[in-house]
Amino acid sequence: MYSLERPVRGQSSSPKDRLGRKRRTVVSSLTEDEELTEILKSYSSNKVTTTKYSFLSFIPKNLFEQLHRVANIYFIFLAALNFVPVVNAFQPEISIIPILLVLTVTAVKDLWEDYRRHKSDKFINGLFCEIYSRKQQTYVDQRWQDVHVGDFVRLSCNEIIPADMLLLYSSDPHGVCYIETANLDGETNLKQRQVVRDLPQQGSELTPENFHSRIECESPNNDLSRFRGYMEYPSKARVGLHNDNLLLRSCTIRNTETVIGIVVYAGHETKAMKNNSGPRYKRSKLERRLNVDVLWSVVLLVIMCLTAAIGHGLWLRNLKEASFLIPDTTSPALSGFYLFWTMIIVLQVLIPISLYVSIEIVKLCQIFFIQNDVDFYNEYMDSRIQCRALNITEDLGQIQYVFSDKTGTLTENKMVFRRCTIAGVEYPHEENARRLEVYEEDEAMGCSHTLKSRASAKSLSCKSLSCNRSSVSLHTLTGHSEGEEPPSPTLPQQSAFSSPLEKDIVPDPFLVQKLNSLSSPLFLLKDASMELTYIVDFFMALAICNTVVVSSPNQPRHVQVPEVSCTPLKSLEDIKMLFQRFGLPRFSTLSPPHTTESPRSFTRRLFSRGKAHGSWKGEENKMLHLTLGACSGLGNSNGAQGPPGEPGADELIYEAESPDEAALVHAARAYRCTLQGRSLESLLVELPGMGSLAVRLLHILPFDSTRKRMSVVVRHPLTNQVVVYTKGADSVIMDLAESPKGAEQSDGRQGHIREQTQKHLDNYAREGLRTLCVAKKVQTSTEYEIWLKRHAFAETSIENREELLLESAQRLETNLTLLGATGIVDRLQEEVPETIEALQRAGVKVWVLTGDKQETAINIACACKLLRSTDQLLTANCGSKVSVILLFKIICPSSKCVPRGEAAEGTSGFTLVVDGRTLDFALQEDLKGDFLELSRRCRAVVCCRSTPLQKSHVVKLVRDQLRVMTLAIGDGANDVSMIQVADVGIGISGQEGMQAVMSSDFAISRFKHLRKLLLVHGHWCYTRLANMILYFFYKNVMYVNLLFWYQFFCGFSGSVMTNSWVLIFFNLLFTSAPPLLYGILDKDVSADTLIKLPELYKSGQNSKAYLPSTFWLTMLDALYQSLVCFFIPYFANAGSDADMLTFGSPINASALLTILLHQVIESCTLTWLHVLVLVGSALFYFSFTLVFSVVCVTCSPPTNPLGVDKLQMSQPLFYGVCALTTVLALLPRFLFHALRNSISPSDTLKAALMDQLNPENYCRRMQRWNQTQAQSKARGLVINVEDLDFKIPDFILPKEL
Amino acid sequence: MMAPSYNAKEEDGHQPGATGHGGAGTMTNKKPDNTAFKQQRLPAWQPILTAGTVLPAFFVIGLIFIPIGVGLFVTSNNIKEFEIDYTGVDMSSPCYNCSQSYSWNNTQSCTCSVHFSLDQPFESNVFMYYGLSNFYQNHRRYVKSRDDSQLNGDKTSLQSPSKECEPYRSSDKPIAPCGAIANSLFNDTLELYYIDPNGSRTAIPLVKKGIAWWTDKHVKFRNPSGNNNLTVVFQGTSKPVNWRKPVFELDPLDSDNNGFINEDFIVWMRTAALPTFRKLYCIIQKKPNNMTPTLPRGEYILEVTYNYPVRSFDGRKRMILSTISWMGGKNPFLGIAYITVGSVCFCLGLVLLSIHYRYGKRNNSAEISS
Repeated sequence: MYSLERPVRGQSSSPKDRLGRKRRTVVSSLTEDEELTEILKSYSSNKVTTTKYSFLSFIPKNLFEQLHRVANIYFIFLAALNFVPVVNAFQPEISIIPILLVLTVTAVKDLWEDYRRHKSDKFINGLFCEIYSRKQQTYVDQRWQDVHVGDFVRLSCNEIIPADMLLLYSSDPHGVCYIETANLDGETNLKQRQVVRDLPQQGSELTPENFHSRIECESPNNDLSRFRGYMEYPSKARVGLHNDNLLLRSCTIRNTETVIGIVVYAGHETKAMKNNSGPRYKRSKLERRLNVDVLWSVVLLVIMCLTAAIGHGLWLRNLKEASFLIPDTTSPALSGFYLFWTMIIVLQVLIPISLYVSIEIVKLCQIFFIQNDVDFYNEYMDSRIQCRALNITEDLGQIQYVFSDKTGTLTENKMVFRRCTIAGVEYPHEENARRLEVYEEDEAMGCSHTLKSRASAKSLSCKSLSCNRSSVSLHTLTGHSEGEEPPSPTLPQQSAFSSPLEKDIVPDPFLVQKLNSLSSPLFLLKDASMELTYIVDFFMALAICNTVVVSSPNQPRHVQVPEVSCTPLKSLEDIKMLFQRFGLPRFSTLSPPHTTESPRSFTRRLFSRGKAHGSWKGEENKMLHLTLGACSGLGNSNGAQGPPGEPGADELIYEAESPDEAALVHAARAYRCTLQGRSLESLLVELPGMGSLAVRLLHILPFDSTRKRMSVVVRHPLTNQVVVYTKGADSVIMDLAESPKGAEQSDGRQGHIREQTQKHLDNYAREGLRTLCVAKKVQTSTEYEIWLKRHAFAETSIENREELLLESAQRLETNLTLLGATGIVDRLQEEVPETIEALQRAGVKVWVLTGDKQETAINIACACKLLRSTDQLLTANCGSKVSVILLFKIICPSSKCVPRGEAAEGTSGFTLVVDGRTLDFALQEDLKGDFLELSRRCRAVVCCRSTPLQKSHVVKLVRDQLRVMTLAIGDGANDVSMIQVADVGIGISGQEGMQAVMSSDFAISRFKHLRKLLLVHGHWCYTRLANMILYFFYKNVMYVNLLFWYQFFCGFSGSVMTNSWVLIFFNLLFTSAPPLLYGILDKDVSADTLIKLPELYKSGQNSKAYLPSTFWLTMLDALYQSLVCFFIPYFANAGSDADMLTFGSPINASALLTILLHQVIESCTLTWLHVLVLVGSALFYFSFTLVFSVVCVTCSPPTNPLGVDKLQMSQPLFYGVCALTTVLALLPRFLFHALRNSISPSDTLKAALMDQLNPENYCRRMQRWNQTQAQSKARGLVINVEDLDFKIPDFILPKEL
Repeated sequence: MMAPSYNAKEEDGHQPGATGHGGAGTMTNKKPDNTAFKQQRLPAWQPILTAGTVLPAFFVIGLIFIPIGVGLFVTSNNIKEFEIDYTGVDMSSPCYNCSQSYSWNNTQSCTCSVHFSLDQPFESNVFMYYGLSNFYQNHRRYVKSRDDSQLNGDKTSLQSPSKECEPYRSSDKPIAPCGAIANSLFNDTLELYYIDPNGSRTAIPLVKKGIAWWTDKHVKFRNPSGNNNLTVVFQGTSKPVNWRKPVFELDPLDSDNNGFINEDFIVWMRTAALPTFRKLYCIIQKKPNNMTPTLPRGEYILEVTYNYPVRSFDGRKRMILSTISWMGGKNPFLGIAYITVGSVCFCLGLVLLSIHYRYGKRNNSAEISS
């Protein structure tokens, strides 16, 4: 906790002492005080170095880091072992080649990455900004890296802030400045920052020389939303500093001409840099599997070495004086022991040394391809997919559970006002609904030739596909489908909230009539109704109860400064009159009609009615009159339907922190209740029939998730009363709108409204709308005074500010009068149902975790085909633990009759809907087993009303208990924990900032991209990597065994029949490139087919490509091949005069050919790149050995290759042996593939076969496939339904037991 | 149906609709390039191995391998080879006595004569080998125990041989040639006599030159330069422990065949791959313009100067006479292996054919069962 203890200067405070504490002192860098200058110097400068290494430290530091890896240590150990004379196998320098090569490749990779960071650092450090210089008495251009704490920096509009600084001056008369934090969190809306309060020089431009205040603030931290401290003026007066005063590094100044600030944090101590954590490292499932097999390799290695060691010991013991033995006193046992280590060096290749490096390289390339996929490009946002985690690409191919957020993930998070209820009367906005539908159709029309088809069942049928298969391929079209309008080059960001869909709301005619009565000349006060007050208040609240920033596009990012002198519709006379009448007795419904009264005064009285409610019944009649009367005036004024008002009003752009706010402001505008401008202290609102009014803004109590509401406190322009407008979640507002006990009279009225509104709210939720309630409260001036005092205290307090402000807000938001509620529609993103269906066909279970209401959640789940009409819905809303237990006890045994296999397949027709409270119980230790059992039997699970914490708990539970691969996808801050917990976290870069993206492994822009990401890239990455790893193991075992077999013929002495360079390079150079390419480019099935046949994804889920059995089968094959490769040359040379290297030459060559051709058999595609690399590898080997055998005269003892290979390659026998060996070695695998593919082909293979057909046949085949799939699914379903019929009738538990 | 086919549909596509990329920097467009490589649509050959597609390969392999195998087999059978073991393990063996008294430093040489007869005449050049069994010339420490630069004529190595040569590095003076391989040089002398039907012995001329590889003789092994008199060159070095003669007196008959370039020595220094091996001893050249075979049918005597001890480790010594062909010495294995593999492939081809008819049809008729 930040302490406020006052530091006494001169006592206790050496600079170090101060640094040690959790705070920092900042003064102007122009200070003369030596000690303070010292302190300032102790803070880090603004120079950023994100590089890990410097020029000098690179080699030692990089080495040090690399040596931390276990694999590297192993190889260094081996290299070191080779220097021990009794055990060395090769020349010492040869055995350090592998480790050197691996270290070098890694170092080069690190160096390249570091160089890129260095370049970007240099660019950033070299940017210019204006710093005050004492010498020149003015601001001079300096590089960013020369900015220090305590410097005064002047910035102009659109400049980027170089360091965290305290705002001291703004050219804005109100001392306000706007910043855009897009660089920081991706939010493009403007945020308001304020000059430090009570600055002496306020108004005039700040003169740094005169700045003698001292700033005490927190030590650097990474909390972007919190900043605390105080400034002490020379007069010892203190003022608190808050986040509002801080300009953050890398944000952009907008709408403000000049800004001056003093730097408090610089360089790496800025909040932006503190938040900058590099890429994430996770360990993938495949890698864990791989590590197991590496251990097996170690076991194998030890066994082989032990065999050799024992063999050598026995052989030595049986040998008496032999002329070829070097006289030695070592006992056979000891020799055996030495030999063990020699063999470990000789056979070290068995542990795939370059595998880890290769995997890293392959994954980088896979990521390159994912990032370059044109299908993931979102033209509208000009963004591609971002891969933030570099090493879990193959996990994408093994996902079994997908946990999805709803808002912004499944839906657009583009909120559109759909309907509302005011004062208990529902306005259905039929026109608006129709418009939304038309719009959707328009959009669908625009891309009807894509896969997008509303009927998802048919969408995958061949008919819709045939066209794009033959003519246009998939990727060309999907890019257009989300384009609501082409991105305008000048305003790419502003368009975020201003698509016509959100702006042009068609008002409800009935409501318009009512509102029109305000401005219509026919308006009579007697028609004035209680309801109208509500309506006007309602829209007033919609227009002003928000933090929307208004700007216009021709002056980008310039706030419309409210002009109070804006031409009102009524003359000044009217206004005067209005204020004169202010003193009139309160309006009462019983009072005689004042026909002479101007509409304006009527309005005033409307607003003044606060809590004086009349009888509802009486007014209804009057309302009818009003409707009839206003009918004539409706035609012309309503015809335009667009936002009315002055010209230019159309060009207003609203930028809101949340899309809901923007939607509501647009809605209000449709009813001519237009928010025209906003400043710190006032709002400019145009009301129908009243023109522009300046509303004095007293307070904004911003939204927070504990209160779930926000309020504005304004001085009403007409009544001059203090009015509180609150909007928030229905549950909260409904509770707060409880009338006080005293006001029985109004209770009936309010009660009625509440009752009606609740009914409507329920309806909205069922329709899948997001609901918000709007309420108001009129404060008497005394009440307000009291509250104001305490609020001011809270605002100025330095300690506990947040808590006090919260408390203060809660004190104000009581006794609210419910005005009405809105229903906002959040449209589904395109292709969401198709994507979900594809995922389910792929065997992925989709769970939706949302904070929304149950009805809304179910509705959305239906809309996106997560729920089918045939599904049985299990709804669990339990209030107590007992009921949860009961629920599980009832459901679980009964559903056990569903065969396990089928349930696991997800074909059962259950869908579980759980609410937050039930979830809480279900997640408890004793119940989670039952919960999982139940949910596993369900096809889909929807968790509604769940908190972020619950979301992550659910993911964690499923991940840990079921041991499955999980993927979480979300877009908002509330999904962050879930994204982090899941094996793969995906962020959607959408409307709600970048927090989800920042914590994710992959960031996409649309939900539909998930389909290709998983089904195509996931599948590819997984199969490629799995195959590559298997191949690496195969290759090593195959080659190393050749050396092992030789031991049986050389007295287990650790001899090798190959030149040691060739031996070392065999794995590192001659055979390493093809598997890399294989891992990067191999493609078993085409992308088109993978998308159309999601079932193919299952092979990855079940880890089919890399099962333990596959591993051992590959090992066996490697064993066989090595036997062939060794013994055919052996028998061909037995008893002859062949020397060791002559004997090894055909073995090596045939092993190389076998290994390369094995690759060809295993790979599914061969492109010119493959051919190039394969042929290149072979040529490289042969030319290397050939050149080596000519050039190397005395080198590389004792395996000097001079003349060997030259001679060998000139002899026909060499080729005869190689051909026979290669053919015989590959025969079984070749045959096995052919037989398996013919007799029982896998799905993947069938699909690959399909790929080779011509489009027509392809289409026919595809259709048939989908039919058989559907049939098998239907069969499964029928069985389940029969089971269900007598076991569980439609099962919905009562809310409370 | 031939599975490997170019996928026409996957051709490179620069889409006309793909605007933006290349539009010189008016706005930063992040749209990825729509190229075949980046979109992973490179034209590819997709080899799918099914019975139908691999069928031809099996038949082709069969049809190629069987003739090759027959050719190899016939060639190998035409090679004449004669082998005789003269170790003297049995009491009856003429070399039994010699084999009993083994010692490297025996000044008294022991000779023995082994009689044998050739059933068939040997034509053209005949190669005479000595063969050793159970002799691990490929033992790691044995193989290492040499100094290539010394053998290449390097003077410094001559004076201070490599450490690898230990314990045959120096006695009191540095040993040349150093190391265990050189030390264990095969030192039996073999002479061949033809016994005419009339009983007289004719010595058969054995050519000791041309038995080493050209590269070894001319590049790898070189006497230290500076003086033509090898005695001077090798001054200051001592002979290997087991040798009876210094290295510069290995061939008393031919002065050019002495020192490190002695061909017997070179042949020995090329360590054999397997514990049972033969090494070329000499060549019996065919008689010029004479129709009589190089070695006619009849009785022969092999005169052995028995020096080389092998009995201590159960070794065997053999003398081998062999003609050679283009494929080297006699070895029926390769021919048989080729024929076997060829016929197996052919049979598998037939099996695959039947499988292809049973299952291939089903696949083609697009009946996909899940």
